[in-house]
Amino acid sequence: MKLRLLSLYPDQMNIYADRGNILFLQHRCEWRGIDFEVTRCGPGDRFDPGDHDLLYMGGGQDRDQKAVAGDLIESKQASMRAAKEGGAAILAVCGGYQLLGESYELEGETIEGLGLVDLKTVREPGPRLIGPVAIEVDLDGEPKVLAGFENHGGRTRLGNCSPLGKVIHGHGNNGEDGFEGVREDNLIGTYLHGPLLPKNAWLADHLIATGLEHHHGERPELEPLDDGLEDAAHRAALTAARKG
Amino acid sequence: MIRTKAFLARSVGRLSRATGRGGGTTLPGRVLLKLDSDAISKLGSRLTGGVTLISATNGKTTTASMLATILAGAGREPVHNRAGSNMTWGVATALLEQKGSEGLFEVDEAWLPEVADRLRPRTILLGNLFRDQLDRYGETEALADAWAELASRLAGETGFVLNADDPLVADIGKTSGPGTVFFGIDDESQALPELQHAHDAKLCRVCGHELTYDRAFVGHLGHYHCEHCGMRRPNPDITATAITLNGMNGLTATVNSPEGEARLELPLPGLYNLYNALGAIATARELGVSVAEAVASLAGMKAVFGRVERIEIDDVSLSILLIKNPAGANEVIRTLALEPAPIDLWIALNDRIADGRDVSWIWDADFEMLADRVGSVTCTGTRASEMALRLKYAGWPVENVIVEEDAEAALDRALSGAGGKLFALPTYTALLDLRNLLAERGDTERYWEG
Repeated sequence: MKLRLLSLYPDQMNIYADRGNILFLQHRCEWRGIDFEVTRCGPGDRFDPGDHDLLYMGGGQDRDQKAVAGDLIESKQASMRAAKEGGAAILAVCGGYQLLGESYELEGETIEGLGLVDLKTVREPGPRLIGPVAIEVDLDGEPKVLAGFENHGGRTRLGNCSPLGKVIHGHGNNGEDGFEGVREDNLIGTYLHGPLLPKNAWLADHLIATGLEHHHGERPELEPLDDGLEDAAHRAALTAARKG
Repeated sequence: MIRTKAFLARSVGRLSRATGRGGGTTLPGRVLLKLDSDAISKLGSRLTGGVTLISATNGKTTTASMLATILAGAGREPVHNRAGSNMTWGVATALLEQKGSEGLFEVDEAWLPEVADRLRPRTILLGNLFRDQLDRYGETEALADAWAELASRLAGETGFVLNADDPLVADIGKTSGPGTVFFGIDDESQALPELQHAHDAKLCRVCGHELTYDRAFVGHLGHYHCEHCGMRRPNPDITATAITLNGMNGLTATVNSPEGEARLELPLPGLYNLYNALGAIATARELGVSVAEAVASLAGMKAVFGRVERIEIDDVSLSILLIKNPAGANEVIRTLALEPAPIDLWIALNDRIADGRDVSWIWDADFEMLADRVGSVTCTGTRASEMALRLKYAGWPVENVIVEEDAEAALDRALSGAGGKLFALPTYTALLDLRNLLAERGDTERYWEG
């Protein structure tokens, strides 16, 4: 079996150590004997949606985010849409999450997004939403918890689409409606930024299984790994979120 | 009035120390600022010999200590926040408790504009900007903008000493006025084989296009230019060439300046400390100390609190190296990689406010470099398990990595597992805890007595 990961803008959108997610996926595949392939996709690069099973886009500083937004529409919009419709797993984090939506308004400027999901982000007056966060997520009929850290100025509001989860501790999409992230088909967007997968091994394995299903047509039963440290790191992140 | 307020605030500090409550490096200043928010300007106006401020993401405490050493060699004793407490209250505490005619303060990056506006410094040294505690400081670019605005406000009045090799810092030279001094490294043999992942200056500050690097020495510090608008690294006035790194024992280099060549023998390791030394030497020159005198004083430099500090405990030599962000941690890792294997480690990761609540950064630091060189490893702190997890995914042998959240038990375990040398890598609050722990056990003095 083989998982083919597409890393979108790895040099621009990596502000919170996003590479931790890719490293985590890579080792968990390799320990199970699953081949793991990473393709880097930067400004100007195009990709064939049939060639990739899992797409990852991380967070960037405002300046980096503005710089990639135009390129995303110009050289990748059609492929992103086809990948989503074709059932590829997509994980977009923080700034990457914001770019999935219709638009991001900041400082009197509107950055056009990919329009893959019906959501809008606005940098409203008020403090950045910063802190440890925990949300309850139900991807396959069994509620689970994601724990991590959020740090965003933009407030995201969902239109006709579903949130990823409910906020247990922290701010979530906008600090008001109690929801966090977005989920549609196999696309996930979230403000839990940077290396969220190492703290939430179950989500990493969910993405691996979804990606393998995309490539091989059948959802595999993943071999369990010794996750003692992974579980302890999850508990510590959850404790941090509980303390606020 | 300021005298009465100052007296009150000083008394609080003495009381706090006498009762063993600690916090003596900031409490008097906190009290004073509550009584008078403009106390820093009032007390600072007594420093008729002028004030020097030092800021950077990495190396503030060490650079300030280097400059203090150089000034001491010239018989000068500035008022100096030497315990590393570098926000307004730390500066206020130093002003309250020390006498002198000139000031030398390291200042937190985000607090620099406020402190500088109040103290109207004669000289400001800016060392570097790296991604660090994004939950507290915000984006690196935003800090660079705030520094550039400060420079345009103070241009003509304040002399700036800037690191030419950091494009985020060198850019400030556009607004800091004539007389700005630049320093940098000019030894190609010390370049990194490739740009590190945790790279914080990708785009030209002038035109927004991608920067081209001919070489990098530490993180994004190096020789760069913009193909699009022609922006280039400024030509430094003070440079280091012919560099030899001698592991944990330090380094040697030739320092070139308008005064000619001088040989620097620095007892602190790593290119990052060479940048600190160049900044201190360039600033000392602005303060009237020759490069020859400066390098002579630096040869006798001691490590400062938690920055390559060495403590003997029974038959183990404990070296403490602060880690707090990817760029700094990478330099510590690079220095450790020169040590003979197996390298025994005690690593403490906390997520308190002064550490940054967000521990994501450990995934940006290149722990992979030590994977096949480590011996016994003990992880402690509030996020010990995530640290151990990072090491597992960096390819470290998990059977050698122990998680022990209690700092003292972790230290005992690490000391007993160490083969003569132990390296302690704490985040900031873990460093304070370690230092207090060692003091309680009688291994060192309490830090505010040091």
